[in-house]
Amino acid sequence: MKEKTMNLSNAFKSFLAFCDRWKAVIIPLLIAVAAILPQLGFSTYIIRLMCNILIYTSVGMALNLLVGYTGLVSLGNVAFFCIGAYTSAILTANCGWNFFATLPIVALTASLGGVMVGLPTLRLSGPFLSITALGFAEVIRLIAMNFMSLTNGPLGIRSIPRPNLFGLELNLFNKGFYYALLVLVLLITLFIYLLTNSKYGRALRAIKNDEIAAGLMGIRTGSYKVMAFVICSALSGIVGAFYASMIQYIEPNSFTQDNSILTLSVVVVGGMGTLRGPYLGAIILVLLPELLRGAEGLRFVIYGLALVLMMRFRPQGILGWKSPLPYKLPSPPRDAGKR
Amino acid sequence: MLLQYIANGIAIGMAYAIVALGYSIVFGILRLLNFSHAAVYAFSANMILVFMGWHFGIWGAVAVSIVATGLLAVCVNQFALKPLRKKNSDKVANLITTVGASYIIQNLMVMYLGSERKTFPFFYDFGVSIDIGFYTITSAQISMFVIAGLLLVFLTLIIRKTKVGLAMRGIEQNPLAANLMGINVEWIIAIAFFMGGASAAVGGALIGGYYQLAYPSMGVMVGNKAFASAVLGGLGVLHGAAIGGLIVGVLECLIIGYLGASYRDGIAFVLLIITLIIKPAGLFGKKNITKV
Repeated sequence: MKEKTMNLSNAFKSFLAFCDRWKAVIIPLLIAVAAILPQLGFSTYIIRLMCNILIYTSVGMALNLLVGYTGLVSLGNVAFFCIGAYTSAILTANCGWNFFATLPIVALTASLGGVMVGLPTLRLSGPFLSITALGFAEVIRLIAMNFMSLTNGPLGIRSIPRPNLFGLELNLFNKGFYYALLVLVLLITLFIYLLTNSKYGRALRAIKNDEIAAGLMGIRTGSYKVMAFVICSALSGIVGAFYASMIQYIEPNSFTQDNSILTLSVVVVGGMGTLRGPYLGAIILVLLPELLRGAEGLRFVIYGLALVLMMRFRPQGILGWKSPLPYKLPSPPRDAGKR
Repeated sequence: MLLQYIANGIAIGMAYAIVALGYSIVFGILRLLNFSHAAVYAFSANMILVFMGWHFGIWGAVAVSIVATGLLAVCVNQFALKPLRKKNSDKVANLITTVGASYIIQNLMVMYLGSERKTFPFFYDFGVSIDIGFYTITSAQISMFVIAGLLLVFLTLIIRKTKVGLAMRGIEQNPLAANLMGINVEWIIAIAFFMGGASAAVGGALIGGYYQLAYPSMGVMVGNKAFASAVLGGLGVLHGAAIGGLIVGVLECLIIGYLGASYRDGIAFVLLIITLIIKPAGLFGKKNITKV
């Protein structure tokens, strides 16, 4: 039995190594498949599911920057999602703005929230940070519930318009919304890729591995952590705006703790600190409950089980796997040896 | 009116305090925030209703539920956390595991018991109330205060005076040295989880009775308030949890009285965030110095 599992994990490892070697072919292939998929004549229900997967992939991507790369486990990511959704919904539904015009404002308001959570983290560590974020999310939800004149309280905001690009409405029927989300996911992925392979990303990883050592190396850990929070919250806010526009009706109870936990599960199941992780995590965690329809409670039991089992048997996540290829150091400046 | 609110707040605050003990005891020994504690608390109140359905009588049901809840907390430790300690996983893994465990417990209750709110007997109310000038203290509030206070004293005595308590304090200071002195560390950790679970069950019975409601997700709000109390008083310090619970309870009742009930659940978080920013160790906590 033991040998069999060893074989399996070896096969899985060599499969991943194969993917890593051929990634220049495989990644464009996967993008092409994702682009062609909606044209195969699926029902709106399936398209909606695929949109859900993309939404949780991109918000998982944003949270991954905090949890996976910086090692700050935030249990209140839904706060930024909520701020983004409400900002965009109020501006489009009540003030008649174009959806895309709201996105900069959304990023701004959500990152304000990020600063508010990020600043206390300078003094907090580990679990205390998680709890502060959770508390912040709950306070945001209470504000949305009670600030009647702005958010319409528990009644929520109705008939939020779909994004409109040069007169073309992007909705689920013409699949425009799906493509908008696909572009969003790819942009976020590219952004995180460039970020984590820069000096900034290396600083974040140093903070994750040993914060004191990172500080001694001259990394200003405080400002880097706040920046990580700001980027994560701005991206989550933008995804939240897309979410509001997809379901067209938001109320405070769409943004409970369950949502934060689901996002965290997406990151943990897929693989913390990897770019491919959130994709697989979102596909598994969005599709699984749909396959198990009928038992509403069961779905959250499965999220819980997924977290417990992953932590016990594969804490790095399903795709959390390091490339055996040597780490590419940034090329030294031309005149390095001359002085 | 002010005194009335404070009296109400002290009664409910004592109940928060004994739920907060569970966070505090486990944190003292393992340096771990046990997120599953809120679900364990909700389990106790719901199980009391189940046992009453099996004709245990209210006091019997409470007694059985205290034991069952304690055992559930031990199970969380044995099946979810112990394997992680063996593998020496990092703190984040432990934290995420307790979050997962709380989701499993809470949603299994939803599946088997239904998510609707059920009435809970107000079993410790003797129908007497004492009028003092403009305000009244009900016998329920007094018995809540007395029961919770006795439990607090009892647990403090266990930790201060018994061998088990000595072992707990030893593990808190240095687990390895405690083990070398012949202390069975895993066994003591299990006892700590049992104590936390059992006191949460007493809290569940008291709070369930006070609001006369029990439902599977009842742990979310009370768990957060208890957690805020534990942090406010200083995690790992039992009398700190008690005073933190009283402060949260009184402030909550003052908010209900003067600002309206809609903001009552926010106060615990605001208090929590302010505490963590100004004095992360809490009112009575010892300052942790990070060793390199």
